[in-house]
Amino acid sequence: MLHQYKLNGYDIVLDTCSGSVHSVDDVAYDIIAMYPDQPEEEIVSAMMEKYGDREDVDEDEIRECIGDVRYLEEHQKLYTPDTYEPLAGEFKKRSGDVIKALCLHVSHTCNLNCEYCFASQGKYHGDRALMTFEVAKQAMDFLVAHSGTRRNLEVDFFGGEPLMNWDVVKQTVDYCRSIEKEAGKNFRFTVTTNGMLIDDEVIDYCNKEMSNVVLSLDGRKEVHDRTRVDYAGNGSWERIVPKFKKLVDARGGKNYYMRGTFTHLNTDFTNDIFTMADLGFRELSMEPVVAKPGDPLALTEEDLPVLKEEYELLAKEMLRREETGDGFTFYHYMIDLTSGPCIYKRISGCGSGTEYMAVTPWGDLYPCHQFVGEEEYKLGDIWNGVTEKEKQDEFRYCNAYARPDCADCWAKLYCSGGCAANAYHATGDVKGIYEYGCELFRKRIECAIMIQVAHAEHPDLYKPHRVGGDKAVTLGGRLAAVPDDEDCSTCDGCD
Amino acid sequence: MSRINTLETKNLCESAKNGGCGECQTSCQSACKTSCGVANQQCEQK
Repeated sequence: MLHQYKLNGYDIVLDTCSGSVHSVDDVAYDIIAMYPDQPEEEIVSAMMEKYGDREDVDEDEIRECIGDVRYLEEHQKLYTPDTYEPLAGEFKKRSGDVIKALCLHVSHTCNLNCEYCFASQGKYHGDRALMTFEVAKQAMDFLVAHSGTRRNLEVDFFGGEPLMNWDVVKQTVDYCRSIEKEAGKNFRFTVTTNGMLIDDEVIDYCNKEMSNVVLSLDGRKEVHDRTRVDYAGNGSWERIVPKFKKLVDARGGKNYYMRGTFTHLNTDFTNDIFTMADLGFRELSMEPVVAKPGDPLALTEEDLPVLKEEYELLAKEMLRREETGDGFTFYHYMIDLTSGPCIYKRISGCGSGTEYMAVTPWGDLYPCHQFVGEEEYKLGDIWNGVTEKEKQDEFRYCNAYARPDCADCWAKLYCSGGCAANAYHATGDVKGIYEYGCELFRKRIECAIMIQVAHAEHPDLYKPHRVGGDKAVTLGGRLAAVPDDEDCSTCDGCD
Repeated sequence: MSRINTLETKNLCESAKNGGCGECQTSCQSACKTSCGVANQQCEQK
C-alpha cells in the first residue's frame, strides 16, 4: 500500500508494508502514482505532456525513472503487498497470558482540580483512596509471576497525583530492586506528576530510579492556569515550573517528558509547545484533550483543520530551530526508521488488557488507566488474576486488522489499530473507530516522516536534539546519556 | 536514481521472520497516556 503526500516542499512516498520511505521529485511522484495502472507508453506520454518543457526532462529520463520504480518494486520497496494479516493475532496467541507492564494507581486523589481531568480529579468517578504498600507489593509479585520469559517489566506510578503517596512509591521501587536480580527481571519505573510536591528528595530519588518522568505542564501560563488549578482556584504554573526546571537540570540526560494537554480553548497549541521549549525544556509532548462531546473544552469538527495546520507548523518550526542547534523532540514526531518496532509490534495492538493493565488502589485490574472506573471493564484483581476472560478477549483481538474500516488505511502499521479507550469513549465499542483521532494521527505521522526526510536530504543543515544530549546512544531501547569520560571507541551507537 | 532518494529503513518484511520478542516498551506507557502509536517505539534487539 502506498501513501503519497507533499509537505514542506518535499514529495514523499511511503510504501507502508515494507516500511520504505522515498523522497522524490515531482516527475517520479507522478510516475509512481501512475505505474500500477498504466502501461509504460501511457506514462511516458503523460509525463512528456506535463513536464516536457523542462530542461531536465526528456523521454530517456522518464524511461529511466520508470526503470527505477520497477527496480524498487522488485526489491520490495514499492507496492509491497500486505501479507501480514495472518500474523495479526499470532503474537498475542504466542504470548498467552503474559503481563509485562502495569499502570499502578497509587493515588486516587489529587492536589489539583484540573477542569479537563479524565480521571475526575483523580477519583475515577469513585472514592478517594491511596494504595497501601501491601497492595503495591502484591501487584509487583503478580507482575513478576505473570511475566513469563519477559525480562523488561514496566511500572508507571500514576494517579491522581502519585507523589501524594510518595512513601509507597519508594517502598515499591525498593521492593522491586530487592527481587529483580533473583527473578531475572529488569524493572523500568516511570512516574507521571503534576509537580506540586516535587522537592529535592523527590528529585534525587526520581533521577536515580525512574527511567522516565512525565511532567504535566500545558505551556503558556495563562493556558495552564485556566484549567490546572488548585482547590482554591489558583493556577499552579508559578509553583511547578521552577520545580520542573530543577528536576530536569538534575536529570543528567535521563528521559523525561514535559507533557501537556490542549483543548478547544487553545487550538493554537504550538504556542504552548514553543513556550515549553523557550523555558529550556527539550523533550516535549502535547495531547488532545479527552472530553465528552458538548463539553466546552472538547475539540470540535471546526477545530480539526486548525489542528492539522498546527501540526504542520510545529514540524516546520522544529526544523527551523534545529538549524541553529536549538531543537527539541516532540513525542509524536519521534520515529526511528531504522531501529523502530518490528512488524509484530506494528500489528498487534497497544497491549491494553493483555500485556498491559492498570491496578486500582484496591488491587482491581482494568485493561488500562483510561478504563478505570468503567465497572463493566473490570478484568479481575491482583490476588485472583484475570477472571473476566471474555472481556479480556475483546482486547486480545484488538489489532491492526480488527477493524474493517482500517483495511485501506495507510497508517495502520503506525498506529497498530489505535487506542481502545479512545474508540470506546467515542463509539461505545473498543473496536470502534475514533475517526477524529485517526485524522490527527495520520497528520502527525506525515509530519514525523517529513522531518526524517528533511534530515536525510540535508544532513549538514539540521542538528536534531538528542535525548540524553549530544553524546547519546541507544541502551535497552531508550536513548541514554553517556558520561563524558566513558570510552566510546568500542561502540557504534553514536551518530 | 536521480529522482528518487530512498531513506534507510527497517525492512518490515524481514522483521516478520525474527521479530516479536515482546521486550519493547508498551506503547502507551511512556509519555502520552491518551493516544496510541507504535511508530515511536524502539526495538530492543537493535
